[in-house]
Amino acid sequence: MTAEVLTPSPQPELRRDPEEGSRRSRRRSLTSLIRMIPLVPAIFLMLVFLAGPIIWSLWGSLTDASLTGRAATDPQFIGVDNYTRLFADPLFPQSVWLTVVFTLVSAVIAQTVLGLSLALLMNKANKKVGAVVGTIIVAAWILPEIVAAFVAYAFFSQDGTLNQMLSVVGLDGPNWLYSFPMLAVICANIWRGAAFSMMIYQAALNDVPPEITEAAMIDGAGGAKRLIYVTLPMIRQTITTTLMLITLQTLSLFTLIFVMTGGGPSNNSTTLPILAYKEAFRFSDIGYGTAIATVMLAVGAAFSIVYIRALRAPKD
Amino acid sequence: MRRTAAIGISAIAIGAMIGLVGCSASGDAGGDKVLKISYIKTDAFTALDTLFTSVKADFEAANEGVTVELQPVAGTDDDYKTKLALSQRSAETAPDVFYEDTTALRSDAEAGFLLNLDDYVAEWDDWKQFDDAAKAAGAGDDGSIYAVSLGTDTRAIWYRESIFKAAGLTVPWKPSSWQDILDAAAAIKVSQPAVVPFNLYAGTGTGEGSNMQGFYELLYGTELGGDALYDSKSSKWVTGSQGFIDSLEFLDTLYSENYALTPAQALDPNIWQEVFGTMFPKGTLGATVEGSYTPSFWVEGGSYAWPEYADEMGAVAFPTQDGQEPGGVSMSGGWTLAVGAKSANPDLAFQFLAMALNKENALSYDNENSQIAVRADVAADPSYTAANPFVATVTDLVAVTHFRPATADYNQISVEVQRATEAIITGSATPKEAAAAYDAAIEGIVGADGVINKG
Repeated sequence: MTAEVLTPSPQPELRRDPEEGSRRSRRRSLTSLIRMIPLVPAIFLMLVFLAGPIIWSLWGSLTDASLTGRAATDPQFIGVDNYTRLFADPLFPQSVWLTVVFTLVSAVIAQTVLGLSLALLMNKANKKVGAVVGTIIVAAWILPEIVAAFVAYAFFSQDGTLNQMLSVVGLDGPNWLYSFPMLAVICANIWRGAAFSMMIYQAALNDVPPEITEAAMIDGAGGAKRLIYVTLPMIRQTITTTLMLITLQTLSLFTLIFVMTGGGPSNNSTTLPILAYKEAFRFSDIGYGTAIATVMLAVGAAFSIVYIRALRAPKD
Repeated sequence: MRRTAAIGISAIAIGAMIGLVGCSASGDAGGDKVLKISYIKTDAFTALDTLFTSVKADFEAANEGVTVELQPVAGTDDDYKTKLALSQRSAETAPDVFYEDTTALRSDAEAGFLLNLDDYVAEWDDWKQFDDAAKAAGAGDDGSIYAVSLGTDTRAIWYRESIFKAAGLTVPWKPSSWQDILDAAAAIKVSQPAVVPFNLYAGTGTGEGSNMQGFYELLYGTELGGDALYDSKSSKWVTGSQGFIDSLEFLDTLYSENYALTPAQALDPNIWQEVFGTMFPKGTLGATVEGSYTPSFWVEGGSYAWPEYADEMGAVAFPTQDGQEPGGVSMSGGWTLAVGAKSANPDLAFQFLAMALNKENALSYDNENSQIAVRADVAADPSYTAANPFVATVTDLVAVTHFRPATADYNQISVEVQRATEAIITGSATPKEAAAAYDAAIEGIVGADGVINKG
């Protein structure tokens, strides 16, 4: 965006005097250079705090850096060894699969559908009901992640709230965190994340002009048709942005899973962030853990590109 | 034109200011010397905090202008080791004196985190009081001393006598083989179905503890004995041994017959607190393998004070597989104090370490934390032998104890052992499969040259 504004647009020029022309273009490039100056601090900060860590992570993943031992103070460059080891590690495909399942089910499908449905219902509901329901849902989102994770742990654990409620109706619940770790963390993430989608969709729905839906109603469109042909296309941009945000958030989600299951049992809920943490800090292999983090970075970047493309698509 | 230049200049000025603010935070506070002390302090482990709090007062009184800054870490052993290793990457955050596990010591010395103490101990009068094993525990791969032992420990079977009596077993109980353990567990299961008969930790949940208080008692009691994990003659890791498979099979029996905790309980990192705090005092657990420090939780002022433990509990050596020599198995570890290589005041740091480990302080720490003394003058002190009724039993186990191979890659291999036991108790692999997966993983870590097949 900034680049488009600042680069002098190539204009067809009548070159009467080549001397003057080059002088002018020189002056113009000088002007644009001076105009760039206020951006310098921002670009500098971006380089230090965004590009820096990315380059650092790329470099770290090509070394045998470790928490302890000789490689802690004197890491060696080992090329792509960490990556070849990673792609041969049976844990890697499993973690990728669990990460995909976790992101798709808990964020892309459940949070979007639930968030949108809640937003639609809240728009229809009377103010008092809306306020009460809204508060309850948003409470999960306001809680610090670590607190939310402990709440979810207390809910799903062996003697937790869920099993106590089940025992009231005479059911003997399993140890959810042990027998169904992925189900438990997915449910916890839906609970925690739905509020975010809901709030954004609510804001977007409020911006849909009532005249248009009313016009559709007069044309004889029913509720479902109005939603599919009028409302959804009008908030398409919001949906894409929200999807991008929650996908990226969920891909790198760590605290919730780590507190609830620690990635276990037997790595059955070890998503990529948990795997990276375990390899780097539990097994002291910083280089290998960084390689996993770099792969996550690439996956996140790929998703972002897809979504940004979708955002750029011509508006209708 | 002039305006844009002004904007440019002010932007540069702002950028420079941001840079300056970032730097000024790291100024030093006053001219006082500060010693940073890092160690573990949890609800269940306060002995070290007690020790350092009292040493801090004495040390500050004896050294004008020195401030001792205690930095306790509330976390598991593994979390503490990670935090310590991370803090040692920079002189800004590295502690001056810290609590260091003997298993991490060699690799940390190799990493250059630890100060070489050879010159310091040579001039330290108390050094001759330490026994040779304790001195060796603080040595690095190069033979230099990098840390001083705080005390050591052994492991035994701790069992509740009333439960064993109710199952018709003779007390004091003296198992002579693995089969005796299974027989006793079966008898308890029949007579007291609500009691967990015999627990052996396993899996990655309890970390290194699941090996020290579990699998190694089995493995080191098999045919290869002390060389069952790491062959000391060839300095190679053992693969393909029948003892490894047998040990996993015993574990499989213990868990599949429901003699031990449920797998979900065993994988809970905090389960040991329940074992000490609830299960033994309430009589819902028959026996478990635990360290010589066990009484420290139950004494007056301990985390789970239970004064009746002296009459209720018994301790006995873990038997070898078929009762072969030497008739018992124990594991020893122990923690040390070390000085950071990046310390700005190494002399003061060593003085602090020496004060924390002098006779008086070592005695009160060993007594409070039920440690096995490594100083001759402490071991000879009447209050040490009288600290709890089990001191003699657990100190005798030093005769049959084993130390872990303290190589730089030990920690990674320890995790592979934990993974193998976790696969067994969760039922995700048979003993043969888990042993094969372990062999492959070990070869992946140390290379084909680093393993020796004993199959």
